[in-house]
Amino acid sequence: MAELLLVEAVNDALHVEMERDPAVMVIGEDVGRLGGVFRATAGLQDRFGADRCVDTPLAEAGILGAAVGLCMAGWRPVCEMQYDAFSYPSLDQLINHVGRYRWRTRGKMSFPLVVRMPYGGGVRAPELHDDSPETYYVHTPGVKVAIPSTPADAKGLLAAAIRDPDPVVVLEPKLIYRTARGDVPEGEHVVSLGEARVAREGSDATLVAYGAMVPVSERAADALAAEASCEVLDLRTLKPLDESALLASAAKTGRVVIVQEAPRTCGYGAEVAAVLAEKAIYDLRGPVVRVTGYDVPYPYWQIEDAYMPSVERVVDAVRRVLAA
Amino acid sequence: MSQVLPAEGGLRRVIGDGRALPDGDVDLTPEQHLALYRDLVLLRTYDERSLVYHRQGRIGTYAIFWNHEAMQAGSVSALEPRDWIFPSYRESAIGLLRGMPASTVLSWWRGHPAGWWNPEDYNVASICVPIGTHVPHAVGFAWGSRLKGEDRVAIAYFGDGATSEGSFHEGATFAGVTKEPVVLFCNNNQWAISTPVAAQTAAPTLADKAIGYGMPGVRVDGADVLAVYEATREAVERARAGEGPTFIEAVTYRTAPHATADDPSIYIDEERVEEEKENECVGRYERYLIRSGVLTDSRAEEIKQEALELMRTAIAEAEAEAPADVSLVFEHALADPPASFADDLAELRRILGG
Repeated sequence: MAELLLVEAVNDALHVEMERDPAVMVIGEDVGRLGGVFRATAGLQDRFGADRCVDTPLAEAGILGAAVGLCMAGWRPVCEMQYDAFSYPSLDQLINHVGRYRWRTRGKMSFPLVVRMPYGGGVRAPELHDDSPETYYVHTPGVKVAIPSTPADAKGLLAAAIRDPDPVVVLEPKLIYRTARGDVPEGEHVVSLGEARVAREGSDATLVAYGAMVPVSERAADALAAEASCEVLDLRTLKPLDESALLASAAKTGRVVIVQEAPRTCGYGAEVAAVLAEKAIYDLRGPVVRVTGYDVPYPYWQIEDAYMPSVERVVDAVRRVLAA
Repeated sequence: MSQVLPAEGGLRRVIGDGRALPDGDVDLTPEQHLALYRDLVLLRTYDERSLVYHRQGRIGTYAIFWNHEAMQAGSVSALEPRDWIFPSYRESAIGLLRGMPASTVLSWWRGHPAGWWNPEDYNVASICVPIGTHVPHAVGFAWGSRLKGEDRVAIAYFGDGATSEGSFHEGATFAGVTKEPVVLFCNNNQWAISTPVAAQTAAPTLADKAIGYGMPGVRVDGADVLAVYEATREAVERARAGEGPTFIEAVTYRTAPHATADDPSIYIDEERVEEEKENECVGRYERYLIRSGVLTDSRAEEIKQEALELMRTAIAEAEAEAPADVSLVFEHALADPPASFADDLAELRRILGG
């Protein structure tokens, strides 16, 4: 075990997987010489050469489109999108091709590419450095989506994504890149996609969260300790969703609060709530409540804390559900 | 690096008109000429029969490529079988030049799964429907092949309208920066459905765009199969020599509707269409070959009959495909499909019965 920051665990995963498999390459803007604007790819170009850690032109659709072709030539490209909202031009490729090409070949060709990006707000940044775009990715058929909340999972989920035969988008919570610190297994470490993690056991209510909202939910659980026992379920993979873990926790507590940083309408929390309505309705003892960002453009950073789901808002939601 | 200059205004041309314009010459044997002619006739026959099959309700919406055959056959004949082709829907039948059964392409236009092939079987990527978005794929493939030390060239086909797309720009930018062994082949038929090329760009020619990507841009007569062949051969030679990409603008004029669902009488210049039809690419090459003594009328007729017979067999084979099972709705999207797919299929089967 080594104690690492979340972003260091990402870097560790890339080193280990590139060492393990010579077909893995990293491409993106400023990933090579600079080592990434968050240092996630630091050291890769020195260790593996400029052919395997490639600084590309500033062209996100070009990066992802070229990655499709690289897969066809036998590579496993890991594409960095520099920021969440900078990935939007690449949605053209993601929706039109990345999620469809395997199907187009009737399963004969694989597209084992990874798109990874820092996402989320709370970092006092200019506009469009704060978005939570996970739903766009989750909604695209043929694409898997994972979001770690701990350093160990940041390494393990990224390793699983790189080894997966299908395209995987990994969103990394930049707010906790350098505040989440934890033990990370050295060498190869894989966390299977599609398996949620019970971050904290509890019996009165379940807080469902992912990414930077996991520590917020844990702090809310702490704040509520005197009045309720809260379970915190870290989904880790949004697609495929670990339904059995979700339903088991809902059956156990009977009360569910979903915490999501993205805007509310049709956000990932809506999907979680729909699954609960379809499959857990008789286990529930109160309404499923969402604590989310609002349906507005991400606000000016001087007042961004009002937008982000806070411990206070989560606590308030749990109290409402408990009182129902 | 080779000198990059604005494209010359005139179109490269080899085939004359048999009167005032003299024929040029290319380095092809009579056998190679006949093979190229057979390719042209095969594509022409595929296209003409497909339009009939569409009218008979035997295939769905179809993107006609009449008078685009020279651009496709001429360029493919300059490639090696190991080189990869990235077609748009206008080149839907280009796989025929790589041994793909015509029934496969007909099945694609019939919306039957038998029409979706394994690209590795023919080194022909899937048909790209969204405009220009496959240009980065060809560039990425060329990039990946180069890194592996494979001597493979990729060629991407797209129309004039595609040069306005961001994907074209990003793909061409990548190709230029790292000198990928790729040919960007633009079939400029001067129309993007109803939008003329003059409304597409203020550049004097599409080939002029190449200078911005640091690659040569060449313009050829797209209805002159030998000019297309020569231009592509030179581009492929440059690519193999490590000199990077080439942009080829092959100019023709769309004589048919954009697709079977289009009515060009609303917007197109019918006189110009008739003029172009007089000089369409298959007839031009046929007359050239007869003038040069490589082809006779009777041999030409035999080749056309062979192609017709091939299409009769192909449509019969496509129509004989067993109906696709609904389970295919859930197959092939993911290597490891989620359990929900099986649940959805079971529910669907229960509701559909049987």
